[in-house]
Amino acid sequence: MLKNKHLLGLKNYPREDIQTIIDTAFSFREVLDRPVKKVPALQGQTVVNLFFENSTRTRISFELAQKRLSADTVNFSASTSSLKKGETFKDTAQNIEAMKIDAVVMRHPTPGAPWHLIKYIDAVVINAGDGTHEHPTQAILDMMSLHEKFGRIEGLKIALIGDILHSRVALSNIYGLITMGAQVMLCGPANVIPPFVTELGVEVNHNIDEVLEWADAVNVLRIQRERMGIGLIPSIREYRNLFGITSERVAHHKKEIVIMHPGPMNRGVEIDSGVADGDQAIILDQVLNGVASRMAILYLLLGGKIDQPE
Amino acid sequence: MNIKKLPEKILLQGGLIVDPKTEREYAGDILLINGVIAEIGDIDPQDDVNILDCNGYTITPGFCDIHVHFREPGREDKETLASGSNAALAGGFTRVCVMPNTNPPLDNPETIGFIVDKSQALPVHIHPIGAVTQQQKGTQLTEMGGMFKAGAVAFSDDGMPITNGYVMRMALDYTGMFSVPLINHAEDVELRYDGLMNEGLVSTELGMAGNPALAEVTMVYRDLELAALTKSKLHVPHVSTAGAANLIKKFKIASPLITAEVTPHHLFFNDEALKSFDTNLKVAPPIRSEEDRRALIKAVLDGVFDCIATDHAPHTIEEKEGTFDLAPFGMIGLESCFGAVNKVLVEENALPFLDLIKLLTVNPRQIMGFDDDLLKIGKEAELTIFNRKEKLIFSKDDIHSKSQNSPYLGHELIGKIRYTISKDRIATI
Repeated sequence: MLKNKHLLGLKNYPREDIQTIIDTAFSFREVLDRPVKKVPALQGQTVVNLFFENSTRTRISFELAQKRLSADTVNFSASTSSLKKGETFKDTAQNIEAMKIDAVVMRHPTPGAPWHLIKYIDAVVINAGDGTHEHPTQAILDMMSLHEKFGRIEGLKIALIGDILHSRVALSNIYGLITMGAQVMLCGPANVIPPFVTELGVEVNHNIDEVLEWADAVNVLRIQRERMGIGLIPSIREYRNLFGITSERVAHHKKEIVIMHPGPMNRGVEIDSGVADGDQAIILDQVLNGVASRMAILYLLLGGKIDQPE
Repeated sequence: MNIKKLPEKILLQGGLIVDPKTEREYAGDILLINGVIAEIGDIDPQDDVNILDCNGYTITPGFCDIHVHFREPGREDKETLASGSNAALAGGFTRVCVMPNTNPPLDNPETIGFIVDKSQALPVHIHPIGAVTQQQKGTQLTEMGGMFKAGAVAFSDDGMPITNGYVMRMALDYTGMFSVPLINHAEDVELRYDGLMNEGLVSTELGMAGNPALAEVTMVYRDLELAALTKSKLHVPHVSTAGAANLIKKFKIASPLITAEVTPHHLFFNDEALKSFDTNLKVAPPIRSEEDRRALIKAVLDGVFDCIATDHAPHTIEEKEGTFDLAPFGMIGLESCFGAVNKVLVEENALPFLDLIKLLTVNPRQIMGFDDDLLKIGKEAELTIFNRKEKLIFSKDDIHSKSQNSPYLGHELIGKIRYTISKDRIATI
């Protein structure tokens, strides 16, 4: 159904496959609105959530998606695993595969880790974030949410705000949105905008008010507090002054602008509570769409046993 | 590969002899008696002579690599002086200089003596390079005088840049007394920060922390100025950037004391190759952009680099099988060197073949003060015999190092080493 066996990243990922995933995800959204939110699509299939890094929400979202599809799920997290006993990445991967599983959902702190994983195992691999490289399922749920709000992605003006360099979300969003025909603007401190990034077909503007004026939707990235005070971001006050999505700032713009955030939010840092909880925010829709998108991805990659979700 | 003692008399018959010292290329025979060159020219074989048919092969002085890591003492699981010698012979090298970042490091006369003694019986000439600072910590100078007397041919904290400019200046002043090169791994570690690969469009696409070209360029500039100030010999290792190559070109005009090397991998690969996430391509300094690669090739053609050095850096499979952040920096390079540089420089970029041979034979020997006039009667035979046009797909069978961390596996190389003659042995590859 999809051209690639795995979902590793959205760079060079076919446009029609992104569309197929989003369309399928909307079908699953309906399932989630039912009293009984479960379909037997992946009955008998086993998915391992292999998390080498903490991630509560992504893991729960995947786990829920798997349970809604009736797949058997196993969670493996590095903190409870044999990794601490010195087992290599390869051994961990092969041991899990030896238990006859159908798919692995992996979160790993290192760029490229899923590309290493597919060398060692035959199961379908879904990248749930490899360091600061790709996080394709997040980008797909973001695009689904945009599609839900605007009825299209093509031609939309989307701004990504914040620490682009250290974000696991930014690159997949850039690749996916450009493939789908949106315009992408990056806005954030110049020292956390990746070098040469404009060669990916995006624009950069460090003036948040100009960006808010331009954009149809802004995706506000989390500012990691540990980045503060090591020279990258001088202070919370400075960041809020220059890039914060504050209530005043949003109120100042007449244009209705859609506010997104991949979570978890630092309220009062990159986004004000008034904005996050306001009418323009679709942050909780993103969370629900996350489950639907991941259901669609699992279903399409694992060849679900029913043609259409009922 | 098998390594045997040379027969008492052996005639290398019918090869093309390339002598980089006299810049002559001629068809001829070489007679070796007891491992020493007895005659060169058109030789009628006597009855008691073994004949090695060299028709179709080129014969040159043995290759010399002034930058290898043989990991002994300390990490004998990666490489030993003996296994490194085998890798060298397989690559056509008869003489190598080993870097001091062992465990313990070669930072005193005793450890230098250990290398010298242990290398005596091995089939390749191995010269130790001594550490500049104690424990390679970049602060306190080592007993370089004693190490020089014990056999150290140069000084370096390779792998660990000498970050402190004052220490670098003191070290240059000090090594100047012995007229040996000081080799500094030029990388500004603060500017490099957590960089894992070249900073550029590819690092951005891969979400990988970048190591900017300037991290090399700024420190090379500091070192070149300090070398000019102290009038001491500076050798710049593994130059990876266009910027550093340009600076070296400029400073060499004023000073004959400055030399520089380039590695085969910085000439062969560009950072696009990192898209495979092959940890064997994780090296320091990193594989750079195609623009840098082209600039390095151009610099070779312009005579900026004195020699090719492999920076042969063995690591275990286990270490390289992990993810990119955890894998150690370095690749092996002795076995693939000739096929790689012959392909890139001679076949693809029209470097005169004689110039390539100089980069592999006489020039590195001149940097280290070794005898560079080898194709002469009475000289101990150090010879490399190869087929310069033969194509091969580099495979694990070509590797004789204890480690296998080569990104060349599966790549086509041009030029195959057939025999290496060194220290009264002949290796048949």
